Amino acid sequence: MNPNDFLSDPNLLPWLIPVGPLVAFFIIMLFTNRARLVPATDHSYHDHNHPDYDGMIVPVVSFPSRVVSIVVAMIGIGLAWILSLIVVGQGLGVEKLGKKVFESSLPWMATGVGSFSMGVLVDPLTVVMLVMVPLACAMIFIYSIGYMAHDARQSRFFALIALFAGAMLTLVVADNLLLLFVGWEVMGLCSYLLIGFWFEKRSAYEAAIKAFTTTRVADVIMLLGIAYLYAETGTLSFREILYNHEVLEHLATTPAIIFGGLSAAGLIGIFLIIGTIGKSAQFPLHVWLPDAMEGPTPVSAMIHAAAMVSAGIYAIVRMYPLLEAGSHPHEGQLLAPMMLMAVIGAFTALFSATIAVAQNDVKRVLAYSTISQLGFMMAALGIGAYIAAAFHLITHAFFKALLFMASGAVIHGMEHGEAHARAHAHHDDHHAAHDEHEAHHDAHAHAHFDPQDMMNMGGLRQTMPVTFYTFLIGGLSLAGLPLITAGFWSKDEILADAWLGASKGFGPHALVFILLAVAAFLTAFYTMRQLGLTFWGEPRTEAARHANLGRGVVSFTMTLPLIILAFFAITAGFVGVPPAFPVLGPIFSPEVNPFFEFVKYTLLPEIQPEKPPFNWIPVLTSFAVALGGIAVGYLVYWRKPLQAGQEDPLVGFLGPVHTVLKHKYYFDELYTAVFINPSQWLARVAVSQFLDRGIIDGILHWIARIATWIGDFLKLLNTWLIDGVGDGIPELVALFGAWFRRIQTGRVQQYLLLIIIAAIVIALVFVASSGVLVQAAG
Amino acid sequence: MTEPFMFPILSVIIFTPIAAAVILLLIDSDKRDLIRGISITAAVIVLVLSGAVYFGYNNLVGQVNTNQAAIDAAGLANPATQMFKDGLAFEEKVPWLDSLGISYHLGVDGLNAPMVLLTGMVAVAGVLISWRIEDRTREFMAFFMLLVAGVYGVFVAIDMFVLFFFYELAIFPMYLLIATWGWVKLREYAAMKLTLYILIGSVIALVGVIAMVLVASNYFTNEGAAVFEAAKASGLLAENARPFSFDMTQLMLAAENGAFDVAGYAGVETLTFAKLWFPFVFIGFGVLAGVFPFHNWSPDGHVAAPTAVSMIHAGVLMKLGAYAALRAGVQLMPEGAQTHLPWIVFLTLINVVYGAFIAFRQRDFKYVIGFSSVSHMGLVSMGWASMNIIGMTGAGLQMFSHGAMTALFFGCVGMVYDRAHTRDIPSLGGFVKRMPWVAVAFIIGGLTSMGMPGLSGFIAEFPIFVGMWNASPNVALQIGGFTLTNYYSIIVVLAALGIVITAAYVLRVTSQVFFGEFNEQRYSDVTDITITDRIILFLLGAPLIILGVYPIIMAPMIEAGLRPVIAILGGGA
Repeated sequence: MNPNDFLSDPNLLPWLIPVGPLVAFFIIMLFTNRARLVPATDHSYHDHNHPDYDGMIVPVVSFPSRVVSIVVAMIGIGLAWILSLIVVGQGLGVEKLGKKVFESSLPWMATGVGSFSMGVLVDPLTVVMLVMVPLACAMIFIYSIGYMAHDARQSRFFALIALFAGAMLTLVVADNLLLLFVGWEVMGLCSYLLIGFWFEKRSAYEAAIKAFTTTRVADVIMLLGIAYLYAETGTLSFREILYNHEVLEHLATTPAIIFGGLSAAGLIGIFLIIGTIGKSAQFPLHVWLPDAMEGPTPVSAMIHAAAMVSAGIYAIVRMYPLLEAGSHPHEGQLLAPMMLMAVIGAFTALFSATIAVAQNDVKRVLAYSTISQLGFMMAALGIGAYIAAAFHLITHAFFKALLFMASGAVIHGMEHGEAHARAHAHHDDHHAAHDEHEAHHDAHAHAHFDPQDMMNMGGLRQTMPVTFYTFLIGGLSLAGLPLITAGFWSKDEILADAWLGASKGFGPHALVFILLAVAAFLTAFYTMRQLGLTFWGEPRTEAARHANLGRGVVSFTMTLPLIILAFFAITAGFVGVPPAFPVLGPIFSPEVNPFFEFVKYTLLPEIQPEKPPFNWIPVLTSFAVALGGIAVGYLVYWRKPLQAGQEDPLVGFLGPVHTVLKHKYYFDELYTAVFINPSQWLARVAVSQFLDRGIIDGILHWIARIATWIGDFLKLLNTWLIDGVGDGIPELVALFGAWFRRIQTGRVQQYLLLIIIAAIVIALVFVASSGVLVQAAG
Repeated sequence: MTEPFMFPILSVIIFTPIAAAVILLLIDSDKRDLIRGISITAAVIVLVLSGAVYFGYNNLVGQVNTNQAAIDAAGLANPATQMFKDGLAFEEKVPWLDSLGISYHLGVDGLNAPMVLLTGMVAVAGVLISWRIEDRTREFMAFFMLLVAGVYGVFVAIDMFVLFFFYELAIFPMYLLIATWGWVKLREYAAMKLTLYILIGSVIALVGVIAMVLVASNYFTNEGAAVFEAAKASGLLAENARPFSFDMTQLMLAAENGAFDVAGYAGVETLTFAKLWFPFVFIGFGVLAGVFPFHNWSPDGHVAAPTAVSMIHAGVLMKLGAYAALRAGVQLMPEGAQTHLPWIVFLTLINVVYGAFIAFRQRDFKYVIGFSSVSHMGLVSMGWASMNIIGMTGAGLQMFSHGAMTALFFGCVGMVYDRAHTRDIPSLGGFVKRMPWVAVAFIIGGLTSMGMPGLSGFIAEFPIFVGMWNASPNVALQIGGFTLTNYYSIIVVLAALGIVITAAYVLRVTSQVFFGEFNEQRYSDVTDITITDRIILFLLGAPLIILGVYPIIMAPMIEAGLRPVIAILGGGA
């Protein structure tokens, strides 16, 4: 194939999308990762993420490497973005994309029963993802230029996020479950390496291990599902399974191999959903995600918005026809996989929203909010709201990427402010005229200062206005501020679908509707709390007073992505306005809901969802919960902003419940007690010491001992009997010889006598024997 | 494939190391560089020839597949044996002890070609990593060469007697290498333990094989005489073949015609030869593959052995057991396999989970890898137990993948140990700063072992899982009056969870050894690795990635090698 084919043929073009970032990864890893060695106490190395190694020489990426790495990574992601846009354009140009798709594949491995192919597929769902993923990734890349500007390993960082982006894009364009799984796992690896990027910090690499192990449990179960699916159908291609009524029918009617009562589709579906529960951090495997905050902030944005957790939801959205096989969600029939999604999703949405309310760490609030929002999507999918789930996936990615990067800017600003405050304090000491209390306070702050603690912030709107406004836009979009934000439209659509089912009297739909409405209320509330604590009121510490991003490249590259994403956090919702919505409907959707009409052709005609008719109840509910939450948050945290040293009003209001929430319902402790300690005990005591060393080696050693005893016994036997016989024969011979030689006297007369005796004996024997012979003959 | 003269490449591969060993023993023991030079030259020659064998066979795979399809379609009398015979390439056959039915018969098919390549790689890596051994270098290298020759011999033997001959030839230098150059605290115990385990296992298997030869000979002279004559006439057997023979082709012919499946063996009405002897032969060889509960020689042996020996031991020798168990067990006694593998699979499951659990709790760096081998080899046996082509192909891939991976692991451990002089995991840490190459290689190996897609472990484990799912409805286990069905699916679920534990221990070791704080005082003299070490890491690490990204380079070959086995098992894919 010549390269022109790749560019001109829309079936081949998607192959190139992940190539840019992947090539960037290799180039940076192999060529532009040169370091120079500086003393560890050098100021260019020292920042709060790296410990001091007094007297040690440490590698710090050299300036040319740093610049070239940035350029290479930007070119890589830029190419991916441009190609994605071309593919998106081509996809939008096709009437009813989905009935016809862009695809191509190559054989990859033969397995005896068939062969795995690896290929690419562009259908409406892919197009939608290709709008979001490269854009969000590119923003994260730009942001990282500034955010990681002082890090000693910036080249390595760019290599890893390029690999991360490449893996995500691979996953998005994959035409089969196996390639999707490849991207999925490579992302898991990247998340491990990036969460533990500051590996000198114990908490960082522990968080990395936690993330990887937790998701790994789920991944292996997902892999089993994939293996079972392959065993059952002989293919893993999306089109052949998901766009093929016979295959789906077959899977839905075949009983599962284990767990009687389930269909094959049901069991596979549950396995795949468990994979997503791990990857998208749903209850009960949510514990890794908040700890993943240990990574640099762009990584958090990558994991939480653009890539990793979105991939989890994307996978179940992609596999929806399989999960749905046999169920009729729009008639209230939900089989096990759908029910699982609805219940887990709705529960997680509410559960983690309550935790988010009581967190003080600016990134942890967002982490729990991510878990909660992913729960919205999962619940939506569980009740058959396929399009709504996909829609929320996209809008959420934009505003969550924005929020994470804005919070990173806040943290960066706080660190900056803290350094400034410290320098300032030292300066004052020289003048010897200094407020005693201030100095004490500053020393205290220095020892325990946490730049991520919202209690240390306040009033940041004054020094960081761009961050404030963009954070505000992102926050309101997350809160679902009606009409103007993207978050409103996508959440409203989920609620509309849930209401439709609930109004027909379907229990799961009603459950989802109620839990999500409460969760949406809490979302609005904790967002306002976060905004209030961070930006409103007066600064509560010296660091907050001096917080800013500085000037120049760092500031510019960190604020530009915020502004661009803020634009999308508002406008992304307008592609999915219901046509019947008063006033706005006719403006944005004159005929049909464009998002809905475009995406629905991803599915087979038989299972394409119907657009729910416009209904005031869910819309008013959306209004009520969003505005209600915002209002309560405003009253508590904006009208009377927190003063320095003052306690969070929630503590008094919620009492012991707050403690429980603050400790995340003690799930970490529970898992340590229930899983980690017993399995370590089992491994150490039961298996390693008792079974392996005790019993198996014990038996072996017993056998050895018995063998030794037998050996000793035989040796004894050997000495007495065998050696007795063996040595005895020669001894007897010698004895006989000694006795016998006495006939050798030397006297001739005696010899003659012996000869005569011998002759007589021989003669007698001869005569006797011949007599016998004669007798015998006779 | 009968050409007038063929370069006896397999014999050259076997005898080059033997010749090198002899030469080494003749030269002055003080000329260490010369000794090293001779050793590495021999190893590289062997590796190049192994590569030629591998890729040479790879070129034939298409042809072999076509032939197999034709045989399948033609409905010949003995399709499995025919496939097996036709699949052999680079054959050499010289009568050895004609009266005893022993011939020096070597050959390569899709199953052992990857093993030949693997042995070559590990041989070169082993010589390189022993570069700095100063204690009796000459003897070390000579024994190492003998070991390599023995391993090669087993892999390419088509005659069962030759297989045993080389099997024992491999064990004897192994004992000396461990007992002389091993880790002082453990070496005598471990060497003895290892040798006894393997010898006892192989003796039991040998008795089984001799019994098999006798039964086959009996069969061919009596009721199977017609089959024998027909096979001679059709060219399946040589014209001068005798009924009494150790040749695998001939034994397979007997097996295919049911010689081992005659009821009433040993006077018991329901018993057949295959049913009685399969467990002894399979597990007898399986001892070397670390089948539970006969695995305990392996971690101790690995830990006590010098690095090069650990590499070849875990990397290649354990595969020898799995390979021989397949060849002598499953391929020659299919009925026995169908009867017994359904319970042996439980042992393999225990291997997988149990080895991983123990590895998780070890403090000694090398023991972690030792037990991880036990765990991974369980997957190979599990793949055999699936008895269908996809699962067995996975097992074949796992043999290669695990061989390269574990040799890489032991290489990494050896490099760290050489410099840090301890293998106590909690006292290491932060080594990525000083030994970045080793850290990267170790992580690649670790990811392979936990089945990360894009690396060879995944393309080995995934087919094993699929194979087990596929096999699940077809397998039943009869215990007294109770029939257990469909339990393979549960086994595969549990085994998959074992892989989670793999992830846990790999990450734990990685983070504690390579990440975290570096103890500057204690390890101030730790330096980065040398160029020879880098070659090792590259040699063993690159195949993991290549195979993971582009499995078509090996999977079809292994599949072609397994098709006769599947055919004799009854063709069920």
